[in-house]
Amino acid sequence: MNPAPPHIAVVVPAYNEEESIRDVVAEVIRSLEHLGLSPEVIVVDDGSTDGTESAVRTLPCVLLSLPFNIGKGAATQLGFRYTYARNCDVVVLVDADGQHPAEEIGALLEPLLEGTADVVIGSRFLGNGGSRSSFGRRIGISYLNALNGMLLRRRVTDSTSGFRAMNRKALALCLEEYPYEYPEPEAIVMFTRQNLRVVEVAVHMNERTGGQSSIAMSDGLLYLFRTTLAMLMAVLRTHH
Amino acid sequence: MDTVVPLRIQILSIIGSVFFLMLIGRLILKRKLEEEYAIIWVVCTVFLLVLSFWRAGLERVAALLGVFYPPSLIFLAALFAITLFLVHLSVVATRLEHQNRRLAQEVALLRNELRESPKA
Repeated sequence: MNPAPPHIAVVVPAYNEEESIRDVVAEVIRSLEHLGLSPEVIVVDDGSTDGTESAVRTLPCVLLSLPFNIGKGAATQLGFRYTYARNCDVVVLVDADGQHPAEEIGALLEPLLEGTADVVIGSRFLGNGGSRSSFGRRIGISYLNALNGMLLRRRVTDSTSGFRAMNRKALALCLEEYPYEYPEPEAIVMFTRQNLRVVEVAVHMNERTGGQSSIAMSDGLLYLFRTTLAMLMAVLRTHH
Repeated sequence: MDTVVPLRIQILSIIGSVFFLMLIGRLILKRKLEEEYAIIWVVCTVFLLVLSFWRAGLERVAALLGVFYPPSLIFLAALFAITLFLVHLSVVATRLEHQNRRLAQEVALLRNELRESPKA
Protein backbone atom coordinates (compact mmCIF):
# COMPACT_ATOMS: atom_id res chain seq x y z
CA MET A 1 0.00 0.00 0.00
CA ASN A 2 1.31 3.41 -0.91
CA PRO A 3 1.45 5.99 1.84
CA ALA A 4 -0.74 9.03 1.24
CA PRO A 5 1.05 11.55 -0.99
CA PRO A 6 2.43 14.50 0.93
CA HIS A 7 0.25 17.55 1.07
CA ILE A 8 2.26 20.29 -0.63
CA ALA A 9 1.29 23.96 -0.91
CA VAL A 10 3.05 26.88 -2.53
CA VAL A 11 2.90 30.26 -0.81
CA VAL A 12 3.48 33.36 -2.92
CA PRO A 13 3.77 36.62 -0.98
CA ALA A 14 2.92 39.49 -3.33
CA TYR A 15 3.20 43.25 -3.00
CA ASN A 16 2.35 45.32 -6.08
CA GLU A 17 3.12 42.58 -8.59
CA GLU A 18 0.15 42.85 -10.94
CA GLU A 19 2.40 42.52 -14.00
CA SER A 20 3.93 39.22 -13.04
CA ILE A 21 1.57 37.49 -10.62
CA ARG A 22 -0.55 35.78 -13.32
CA ASP A 23 2.44 34.17 -14.99
CA VAL A 24 4.00 33.19 -11.70
CA VAL A 25 0.87 31.42 -10.47
CA ALA A 26 0.32 29.76 -13.87
CA GLU A 27 3.91 28.52 -13.97
CA VAL A 28 3.79 27.21 -10.41
CA ILE A 29 0.57 25.33 -11.15
CA ARG A 30 2.04 23.92 -14.36
CA SER A 31 5.17 22.68 -12.64
CA LEU A 32 3.22 21.15 -9.74
CA GLU A 33 1.01 19.28 -12.19
CA HIS A 34 4.11 18.19 -14.04
CA LEU A 35 5.37 16.70 -10.77
CA GLY A 36 2.06 14.89 -10.38
CA LEU A 37 1.03 16.99 -7.41
CA SER A 38 -2.34 18.61 -6.89
CA PRO A 39 -1.71 22.30 -7.44
CA GLU A 40 -2.40 24.22 -4.28
CA VAL A 41 -1.21 27.80 -4.49
CA ILE A 42 -1.80 30.47 -1.88
CA VAL A 43 -1.14 34.06 -2.86
CA VAL A 44 -0.78 36.46 0.07
CA ASP A 45 -1.56 39.97 -1.10
CA ASP A 46 0.36 42.22 1.25
CA GLY A 47 -1.86 45.27 0.95
CA SER A 48 -0.97 45.95 -2.69
CA THR A 49 -2.07 49.32 -4.05
CA ASP A 50 -2.09 48.21 -7.70
CA GLY A 51 -4.28 45.59 -9.38
CA THR A 52 -2.59 42.60 -7.74
CA GLU A 53 -5.63 41.59 -5.71
CA SER A 54 -8.13 41.68 -8.58
CA ALA A 55 -5.65 39.85 -10.80
CA VAL A 56 -5.33 37.05 -8.26
CA ARG A 57 -9.10 36.75 -7.85
CA THR A 58 -9.36 35.43 -11.42
CA LEU A 59 -6.70 32.77 -10.84
CA PRO A 60 -7.21 29.20 -9.64
CA CYS A 61 -5.56 29.78 -6.28
CA VAL A 62 -6.33 30.79 -2.73
CA LEU A 63 -6.16 34.51 -2.04
CA LEU A 64 -5.29 35.80 1.42
CA SER A 65 -5.64 39.54 1.24
CA LEU A 66 -4.18 41.72 3.96
CA PRO A 67 -5.92 45.02 4.71
CA PHE A 68 -2.62 46.91 4.54
CA ASN A 69 1.08 46.29 3.97
CA ILE A 70 2.66 44.42 6.88
CA GLY A 71 6.02 43.38 5.40
CA LYS A 72 7.14 40.39 3.36
CA GLY A 73 8.03 38.26 6.38
CA ALA A 74 4.73 38.89 8.14
CA ALA A 75 2.83 38.21 4.90
CA THR A 76 4.76 34.97 4.48
CA GLN A 77 4.00 34.05 8.08
CA LEU A 78 0.31 34.43 7.27
CA GLY A 79 0.84 31.85 4.53
CA PHE A 80 2.56 29.61 7.10
CA ARG A 81 -0.33 29.92 9.52
CA TYR A 82 -2.86 29.17 6.80
CA THR A 83 -1.03 26.14 5.41
CA TYR A 84 -0.23 24.79 8.87
CA ALA A 85 -3.90 24.92 9.82
CA ARG A 86 -4.70 23.06 6.59
CA ASN A 87 -2.32 20.26 7.59
CA CYS A 88 0.20 20.80 4.83
CA ASP A 89 3.30 18.61 5.03
CA VAL A 90 5.51 20.78 2.88
CA VAL A 91 5.37 24.47 2.02
CA VAL A 92 7.24 26.03 -0.88
CA LEU A 93 7.92 29.78 -1.00
CA VAL A 94 8.03 31.48 -4.39
CA ASP A 95 8.45 35.21 -4.96
CA ALA A 96 5.73 36.94 -6.96
CA ASP A 97 8.12 38.85 -9.20
CA GLY A 98 8.88 35.91 -11.46
CA GLN A 99 12.57 35.54 -10.66
CA HIS A 100 12.15 32.11 -9.11
CA PRO A 101 12.04 29.26 -11.61
CA ALA A 102 8.88 27.30 -10.88
CA GLU A 103 10.18 24.37 -12.92
CA GLU A 104 12.84 23.85 -10.25
CA ILE A 105 10.36 23.34 -7.42
CA GLY A 106 10.96 19.62 -7.84
CA ALA A 107 14.64 20.13 -7.00
CA LEU A 108 13.64 21.97 -3.82
CA LEU A 109 11.23 19.22 -2.79
CA GLU A 110 13.61 16.31 -3.31
CA PRO A 111 15.66 16.58 -0.08
CA LEU A 112 12.47 17.16 1.92
CA LEU A 113 10.65 14.16 0.49
CA GLU A 114 13.75 12.01 0.96
CA GLY A 115 13.81 13.17 4.57
CA THR A 116 17.37 14.49 4.39
CA ALA A 117 16.49 18.12 5.10
CA ASP A 118 13.96 20.25 6.96
CA VAL A 119 14.53 23.44 5.00
CA VAL A 120 15.75 23.66 1.41
CA ILE A 121 17.00 26.90 -0.13
CA GLY A 122 17.32 27.47 -3.86
CA SER A 123 20.73 29.08 -4.34
CA ARG A 124 21.73 31.23 -7.32
CA PHE A 125 25.39 30.86 -6.53
CA LEU A 126 25.76 27.16 -5.90
CA GLY A 127 27.05 24.90 -8.67
CA ASN A 128 26.22 26.03 -12.18
CA GLY A 129 23.30 28.21 -11.20
CA GLY A 130 23.78 31.88 -11.71
CA SER A 131 22.10 35.21 -11.94
CA ARG A 132 23.20 38.63 -12.99
CA SER A 133 22.85 41.30 -10.36
CA SER A 134 24.36 44.66 -9.62
CA PHE A 135 27.77 45.07 -8.02
CA GLY A 136 26.33 46.57 -4.83
CA ARG A 137 23.85 43.79 -4.47
CA ARG A 138 26.51 41.12 -4.95
CA ILE A 139 28.64 42.73 -2.24
CA GLY A 140 25.68 42.85 0.12
CA ILE A 141 24.83 39.21 -0.52
CA SER A 142 28.48 38.16 -0.05
CA TYR A 143 28.56 40.02 3.23
CA LEU A 144 25.36 38.34 4.48
CA ASN A 145 26.65 34.95 3.34
CA ALA A 146 29.89 35.53 5.26
CA LEU A 147 28.00 36.68 8.33
CA ASN A 148 25.69 33.68 8.15
CA GLY A 149 28.70 31.42 7.72
CA MET A 150 30.46 32.95 10.71
CA LEU A 151 27.45 32.84 13.00
CA LEU A 152 26.41 29.34 12.05
CA ARG A 153 29.86 27.88 11.26
CA ARG A 154 28.69 26.50 7.96
CA ARG A 155 28.77 27.58 4.35
CA VAL A 156 25.81 29.55 3.04
CA THR A 157 25.98 30.64 -0.60
CA ASP A 158 22.71 32.54 -1.01
CA SER A 159 21.28 33.76 2.26
CA THR A 160 18.90 36.24 0.62
CA SER A 161 17.19 33.71 -1.62
CA GLY A 162 13.46 33.56 -0.90
CA PHE A 163 12.99 30.44 -3.06
CA ARG A 164 12.61 27.86 -0.34
CA ALA A 165 10.77 24.79 0.78
CA MET A 166 10.26 23.48 4.28
CA ASN A 167 8.61 20.61 6.05
CA ARG A 168 5.98 20.78 8.76
CA LYS A 169 8.55 20.72 11.55
CA ALA A 170 10.12 23.93 10.24
CA LEU A 171 6.69 25.37 9.49
CA ALA A 172 5.63 24.95 13.11
CA LEU A 173 8.61 27.06 14.22
CA CYS A 174 7.46 30.03 12.14
CA LEU A 175 3.92 30.33 13.41
CA GLU A 176 4.64 32.53 16.41
CA GLU A 177 8.01 34.06 15.62
CA TYR A 178 9.13 34.94 12.13
CA PRO A 179 11.11 38.01 11.02
CA TYR A 180 8.49 40.33 9.60
CA GLU A 181 10.58 42.35 7.18
CA TYR A 182 13.37 41.07 4.86
CA PRO A 183 13.12 37.66 6.55
CA GLU A 184 15.51 35.51 4.50
CA PRO A 185 18.95 35.72 6.18
CA GLU A 186 17.52 35.84 9.69
CA ALA A 187 15.29 32.84 9.05
CA ILE A 188 18.37 30.77 8.14
CA VAL A 189 19.88 31.62 11.54
CA MET A 190 16.59 30.79 13.23
CA PHE A 191 16.26 27.40 11.51
CA THR A 192 19.88 26.38 12.01
CA ARG A 193 19.96 27.39 15.65
CA GLN A 194 16.84 25.30 16.23
CA ASN A 195 18.83 22.34 14.89
CA LEU A 196 16.86 22.04 11.68
CA ARG A 197 18.73 20.64 8.70
CA VAL A 198 19.10 23.50 6.22
CA VAL A 199 20.28 22.48 2.76
CA GLU A 200 20.99 24.54 -0.35
CA VAL A 201 20.36 23.31 -3.88
CA ALA A 202 21.51 25.01 -7.07
CA VAL A 203 18.85 26.80 -9.10
CA HIS A 204 18.95 29.24 -11.97
CA MET A 205 17.05 32.43 -11.31
CA ASN A 206 15.37 34.63 -13.89
CA GLU A 207 15.45 38.36 -14.26
CA ARG A 208 12.54 40.07 -12.55
CA THR A 209 9.63 40.35 -14.94
CA GLY A 210 7.98 43.28 -13.24
CA GLY A 211 7.61 45.30 -10.09
CA GLN A 212 10.50 46.24 -7.86
CA SER A 213 12.73 44.41 -5.44
CA SER A 214 11.63 44.73 -1.85
CA ILE A 215 15.06 46.27 -1.24
CA ALA A 216 15.79 49.56 -3.00
CA MET A 217 19.46 50.37 -3.52
CA SER A 218 19.23 53.52 -1.40
CA ASP A 219 18.02 51.42 1.49
CA GLY A 220 20.79 48.88 0.95
CA LEU A 221 23.02 49.94 3.81
CA LEU A 222 20.13 50.32 6.20
CA TYR A 223 18.95 46.87 5.15
CA LEU A 224 22.38 45.37 5.80
CA PHE A 225 22.68 47.03 9.19
CA ARG A 226 19.22 46.01 10.24
CA THR A 227 19.65 42.45 9.03
CA THR A 228 23.02 42.15 10.77
CA LEU A 229 21.46 43.22 14.04
CA ALA A 230 18.53 40.87 13.52
CA MET A 231 20.85 37.94 12.79
CA LEU A 232 22.99 38.58 15.86
CA MET A 233 19.86 38.79 17.99
CA ALA A 234 18.53 35.59 16.47
CA VAL A 235 21.73 33.85 17.57
CA LEU A 236 21.56 35.28 21.10
CA ARG A 237 17.89 34.42 21.43
CA THR A 238 18.58 30.75 20.80
CA HIS A 239 21.74 30.59 22.88
CA HIS A 240 21.46 27.59 25.12
CA MET B 1 19.39 83.30 51.36
CA ASP B 2 16.87 85.35 49.51
CA THR B 3 18.60 85.50 46.18
CA VAL B 4 18.64 81.76 45.60
CA VAL B 5 15.86 81.88 43.01
CA PRO B 6 14.47 85.24 41.84
CA LEU B 7 10.81 85.72 42.72
CA ARG B 8 9.78 86.30 39.10
CA ILE B 9 11.17 82.98 37.99
CA GLN B 10 9.54 81.32 40.97
CA ILE B 11 6.10 82.68 40.05
CA LEU B 12 6.62 81.82 36.39
CA SER B 13 7.61 78.24 37.14
CA ILE B 14 4.68 77.76 39.52
CA ILE B 15 2.23 79.05 36.91
CA GLY B 16 3.90 76.92 34.25
CA SER B 17 3.78 73.74 36.33
CA VAL B 18 0.16 74.26 37.38
CA PHE B 19 -0.83 74.94 33.78
CA PHE B 20 0.94 71.77 32.62
CA LEU B 21 -0.71 69.74 35.37
CA MET B 22 -4.13 71.04 34.28
CA LEU B 23 -3.37 70.17 30.67
CA ILE B 24 -2.47 66.59 31.62
CA GLY B 25 -5.60 66.32 33.81
CA ARG B 26 -7.76 67.55 30.96
CA LEU B 27 -6.27 65.07 28.50
CA ILE B 28 -6.95 62.19 30.90
CA LEU B 29 -10.51 63.40 31.51
CA LYS B 30 -11.19 63.52 27.78
CA ARG B 31 -9.67 60.05 27.41
CA LYS B 32 -7.02 61.36 25.06
CA LEU B 33 -4.27 60.16 27.37
CA GLU B 34 -4.00 56.82 29.13
CA GLU B 35 -3.18 56.99 32.82
CA GLU B 36 -0.24 54.70 32.11
CA TYR B 37 1.47 57.47 30.14
CA ALA B 38 0.16 60.33 32.28
CA ILE B 39 1.77 59.18 35.51
CA ILE B 40 5.29 60.11 34.50
CA TRP B 41 4.15 63.60 33.50
CA VAL B 42 2.22 64.12 36.71
CA VAL B 43 5.22 62.99 38.76
CA CYS B 44 7.57 65.29 36.84
CA THR B 45 5.26 68.26 37.22
CA VAL B 46 4.78 67.71 40.94
CA PHE B 47 8.55 67.50 41.23
CA LEU B 48 8.89 70.86 39.45
CA LEU B 49 6.19 72.38 41.66
CA VAL B 50 7.99 71.30 44.79
CA LEU B 51 11.21 72.85 43.50
CA SER B 52 9.30 76.02 42.58
CA PHE B 53 8.02 76.50 46.12
CA TRP B 54 11.07 75.24 47.95
CA ARG B 55 13.47 77.84 46.69
CA ALA B 56 16.65 76.57 48.27
CA GLY B 57 15.81 72.99 47.45
CA LEU B 58 17.66 72.72 44.18
CA GLU B 59 20.85 74.15 45.68
CA ARG B 60 20.65 71.80 48.63
CA VAL B 61 20.17 68.73 46.47
CA ALA B 62 22.90 69.86 44.08
CA ALA B 63 25.31 70.39 46.95
CA LEU B 64 24.40 67.01 48.35
CA LEU B 65 25.20 65.33 45.02
CA GLY B 66 28.33 67.40 44.50
CA VAL B 67 26.94 69.24 41.48
CA PHE B 68 28.72 72.58 41.18
CA TYR B 69 26.16 74.41 39.05
CA PRO B 70 22.66 73.61 40.43
CA PRO B 71 20.61 74.31 37.25
CA SER B 72 22.58 71.67 35.38
CA LEU B 73 21.08 69.14 37.76
CA ILE B 74 17.67 69.96 36.33
CA PHE B 75 18.94 69.46 32.77
CA LEU B 76 20.53 66.16 33.72
CA ALA B 77 17.37 64.91 35.41
CA ALA B 78 15.17 66.09 32.54
CA LEU B 79 17.36 64.50 29.86
CA PHE B 80 17.45 61.26 31.80
CA ALA B 81 13.67 61.20 32.25
CA ILE B 82 13.01 62.06 28.60
CA THR B 83 15.39 59.39 27.33
CA LEU B 84 13.83 56.75 29.53
CA PHE B 85 10.37 57.76 28.43
CA LEU B 86 11.34 57.64 24.75
CA VAL B 87 12.62 54.10 25.18
CA HIS B 88 9.36 53.24 26.87
CA LEU B 89 7.42 54.71 23.93
CA SER B 90 9.52 52.66 21.47
CA VAL B 91 8.67 49.52 23.41
CA VAL B 92 4.99 50.44 23.34
CA ALA B 93 5.15 51.19 19.59
CA THR B 94 6.81 47.83 18.95
CA ARG B 95 4.13 46.01 20.90
CA LEU B 96 1.37 47.82 19.03
CA GLU B 97 3.03 47.10 15.68
CA HIS B 98 3.24 43.43 16.57
CA GLN B 99 -0.42 43.30 17.58
CA ASN B 100 -1.33 45.26 14.46
CA ARG B 101 0.37 42.76 12.17
CA ARG B 102 -1.29 39.86 13.96
CA LEU B 103 -4.69 41.52 13.61
CA ALA B 104 -4.10 42.12 9.90
CA GLN B 105 -3.26 38.43 9.50
CA GLU B 106 -6.47 37.46 11.28
CA VAL B 107 -8.48 39.81 9.05
CA ALA B 108 -7.00 38.17 5.95
CA LEU B 109 -7.82 34.67 7.29
CA LEU B 110 -11.39 35.70 8.14
CA ARG B 111 -11.87 37.39 4.74
CA ASN B 112 -10.82 34.13 3.12
CA GLU B 113 -13.16 32.08 5.30
CA LEU B 114 -16.05 34.40 4.48
CA ARG B 115 -15.39 34.05 0.76
CA GLU B 116 -15.10 30.25 0.97
CA SER B 117 -18.19 29.72 3.11
CA PRO B 118 -21.44 29.06 1.22
CA LYS B 119 -23.63 32.12 1.09
CA ALA B 120 -26.47 31.96 3.58
